[in-house]
Amino acid sequence: MFNRIGVLAFHGDVIEHIETTKNASKNLHLDIEVVPVRAKDIIHTLDALIIPGGESTTLHKLCEREGMWEGMKKIKNIFGTCAGAIMLAKVVHHKTADQKTLELMDIEIDRNAYGKQTESFEKNIQISLGNINAVFIRAPKIKKVGKDLEILARIKKEIVACEQRIGDSYYLATCFHPELTSTVFHEYFIKQVYRI
Amino acid sequence: MNNRLGKNLAQMLKGGVIMDVVNAGHANIAEKAGAVAVMALERVPADIRSAGGVARMSDPIMIKGIQKVVTIPVMAKCRIGHFVEAQILESLKVDFVDESEVLTPADEQFHIDKHKFKVPFVCGCRNLGEALRRIEEGAVMIRTKGEAGTGNIVEAVKHIRAVNSGIAELKVLLKKKQIIKLKEKAKEYRVSNELVLQTAKLGRLPVVNFAAGGIATPADAALCMQLGVDGVFVGSGIFKSNNPEKMAKAIVDAVAHFNDPGKIAKASENLGKAMEGQEIATLETKMATRGV
Repeated sequence: MFNRIGVLAFHGDVIEHIETTKNASKNLHLDIEVVPVRAKDIIHTLDALIIPGGESTTLHKLCEREGMWEGMKKIKNIFGTCAGAIMLAKVVHHKTADQKTLELMDIEIDRNAYGKQTESFEKNIQISLGNINAVFIRAPKIKKVGKDLEILARIKKEIVACEQRIGDSYYLATCFHPELTSTVFHEYFIKQVYRI
Repeated sequence: MNNRLGKNLAQMLKGGVIMDVVNAGHANIAEKAGAVAVMALERVPADIRSAGGVARMSDPIMIKGIQKVVTIPVMAKCRIGHFVEAQILESLKVDFVDESEVLTPADEQFHIDKHKFKVPFVCGCRNLGEALRRIEEGAVMIRTKGEAGTGNIVEAVKHIRAVNSGIAELKVLLKKKQIIKLKEKAKEYRVSNELVLQTAKLGRLPVVNFAAGGIATPADAALCMQLGVDGVFVGSGIFKSNNPEKMAKAIVDAVAHFNDPGKIAKASENLGKAMEGQEIATLETKMATRGV
């Protein structure tokens, strides 16, 4: 058995996630194969999937056209950043008429809620995982979370990172892009995946 | 002003297709097909070409109309050097400004000083020197220019290859530690030594680079991707084809699966007629030569 984490690779900041995941596994002294995912036939071989930033409308369409949608729902561990977080949410505000999400996490999320690109921002946040520079790009806002969700980061009252365990499944969502500035979240995700 | 955040938005667009749209109906088709952003403009390049005259920034009402109907980023074009058109677009809160040779240039000497803006800029280039000059002026995204509105991919290919070979040359100089020659390159390109060195070390442009101009089929789009660009802009190629819905979706699929000929073949089936193409030699106006 070898360790294998996939990064959904149709579109978005895929290389950034691949690099950050590799660096995170190096920091943890783990041997993990990090693979780009573009086809349904490798979905079942993954220990975990990372869904990058990009456009959630585009990601949904390409996954469905590839016929990997139902398979993705069965992946035990998923980490989504920005568009990826939208993909995980049960309820999405301001989605397009034909847009679907995986509906795995008990969160309500509002697309582009911080506004257009001129409202994008970065902010240093201090959280239990460490000190990180959080970059928000046309970011979504998490409006509501279910009872059994853990909040990992807030900015003032806004929840910007959270996690959920359901049975032996684990999901992690951030509204910002930790892959651009830090390995902290990727290390944390890997630790949850491999129960370290 | 905030270079970093614009650069990051461009990173999120990678692997995607950005489509020219002239009305809300087009914008809906683009979003449904899976476009990662739309470029709002009054006429697609093919129509700008046939109309002649001076082409300018679009009516703000038209841009606002597009912003209302889509949830993906909206870009808009201003003329080269026309910083007031850029200010207007910024005030409209477009997500990206394209300082574009498809419109008639407003300044023959200077491009816009893009550092003064909060909105990010994408600019065209035909070679590494042009790309690096635009980056130094503050562009956070580059598109290699094809000949817009022609449905002919040849110029796009030429310019992607020109950028690639420029970078390859820098890599060799760095490998041989020929720092003086790298500095001479910086002088030739009229940019800082740091930018040339950074590009040599990265082995690619330090910002996201899309292809643009002349893409008319899924195969054209995949060709550009295999030549190394991060994504594509499609202008006239979609809405001047016989079946825009199908063509839009097919190009999105071909870009997502650009290394998989079987999937590109499938995307290419039954698309109907692609846009009418033009020989470059017969053109009255070459847009790509604008703004060097």
